[in-house]
Amino acid sequence: MTSQTWHLILTSLPPIIKASVTYTIPLTLISFTLGLLLALLTAMVRLSPMRGPFQIVRGLFWVYVWIFRSTPLLVQLFIVFFGLPNIGVQFSPWIAAIITFTLNVGAYSSETIRAAILSIPNGQWEAAYTLGMTRPQVLFRIVLPQAARVSLPPLSNSFIGLVKDTSLASSITIVEMFMVGQQIAAKTYEPLLLYSLVAFVYLIICTVLTILQSYLEKWTSRYIQTGNN
Amino acid sequence: MLQLAHINKIYGKRKALNDINIQFPDHETTVIVGPSGSGKSTLLRSLNLLERPESGLYSFDQQTIDFSQPIAEKEVLQLRRKTGMVFQSFNLFPHLTVLKNVTEAPIHVLHQDKATAEKTARQLLQQVGLDQKANQYPMELSGGQQQRVAIARALAMQPEYMFFDEPTSALDPELEAEVLRVLLNLAKQHNSMIVVTHNMEFAKGVADQIVFLEEGRILFCGSPQEFFSEPTQRIHDFLSAMSFTS
Repeated sequence: MTSQTWHLILTSLPPIIKASVTYTIPLTLISFTLGLLLALLTAMVRLSPMRGPFQIVRGLFWVYVWIFRSTPLLVQLFIVFFGLPNIGVQFSPWIAAIITFTLNVGAYSSETIRAAILSIPNGQWEAAYTLGMTRPQVLFRIVLPQAARVSLPPLSNSFIGLVKDTSLASSITIVEMFMVGQQIAAKTYEPLLLYSLVAFVYLIICTVLTILQSYLEKWTSRYIQTGNN
Repeated sequence: MLQLAHINKIYGKRKALNDINIQFPDHETTVIVGPSGSGKSTLLRSLNLLERPESGLYSFDQQTIDFSQPIAEKEVLQLRRKTGMVFQSFNLFPHLTVLKNVTEAPIHVLHQDKATAEKTARQLLQQVGLDQKANQYPMELSGGQQQRVAIARALAMQPEYMFFDEPTSALDPELEAEVLRVLLNLAKQHNSMIVVTHNMEFAKGVADQIVFLEEGRILFCGSPQEFFSEPTQRIHDFLSAMSFTS
């Protein structure tokens, strides 16, 4: 590589990394945290045995999951940011991005959490009920801690997916990593180099998350006996 | 005193419980026997409302439940507070240590402080011979050990009645014996117990009252002496089928 290329790499990396720290990472963390809470609520509502008027609420949550899983994330972003102002609802790019990513993560992850809760044997519920626990107690103290272990790999998938999906926020004027790379590429006529650099930084972030995931998996599986017995 | 009157439970077209009328006296052990699918477990599980019969009256001391009416959550919790249950498949909480399995409900249902709950738990674990295993996870224990922890977990709630649903059916004979010894001790201390089992030797040794169930009906309810003297042809056939001698 020529010294010119090295120079370009060294001058381009700081703004790209800065964009990841100021936009990509916070956007991911905030949206995923809120999205997980929404997913938990959605899963709980959809699994609730309650009857009567509550069934309407359950229906609404079903519709929410259906819509957000059946439309592209990019289209969702455009509707929230460019579309809603038409009916007088205006968000800043940040808020629009957080709302859209949160709703999107909430819809997908609610299915993960729902499946994980359903994977816990019925005997766990029954044993806890016979000890006098209420349904919320059983859910939060007995079932969810075990479901967390089951849902960790698929939730990590969603998390890593979200890191990369935040690049779509560039389309609603957020100057995150990808947008910064695009701007420098436009000035220097080095798209291959710049987009590879951007890809490299995504790779590093996701690698760190993958390592974190394997630690979490070990920790949440500490009560499981492994080995061939 | 625990009492059932005209209890009916239907699964699809089959009557799992057919007009059950029975009393379970306090401080005695009632053993429920009968062929597979006769409704033994359904009967036991109705007593702590894991199953809801369609009709009939259930009275537990002063509390009476009418199964034909909706049952309030408060009533359910109140009744379950008075009963403990041990399952065929143990159903220990795998993510909690042995000690925490036993202290979980006393701390979070009875609101005992941690020290008190742990002291009681250690005594109970000692009683079932497992005080050494307090800090291990259930999956590190044998089936017999897990079942003994499950017994300690139920006892920690100081229930008035203990229910055992085929507590040894998933165990090897050797492990079965260690669990049955614990049950025998509990019976000797005049706990109020109801046990569903296939083990006739054990039934003979532990029961104050035997209930023989078939196709959801009570065919016999009386003393073990009377039951094992084979008062009817059906009981004779049942007991013959359960033993190897002809």
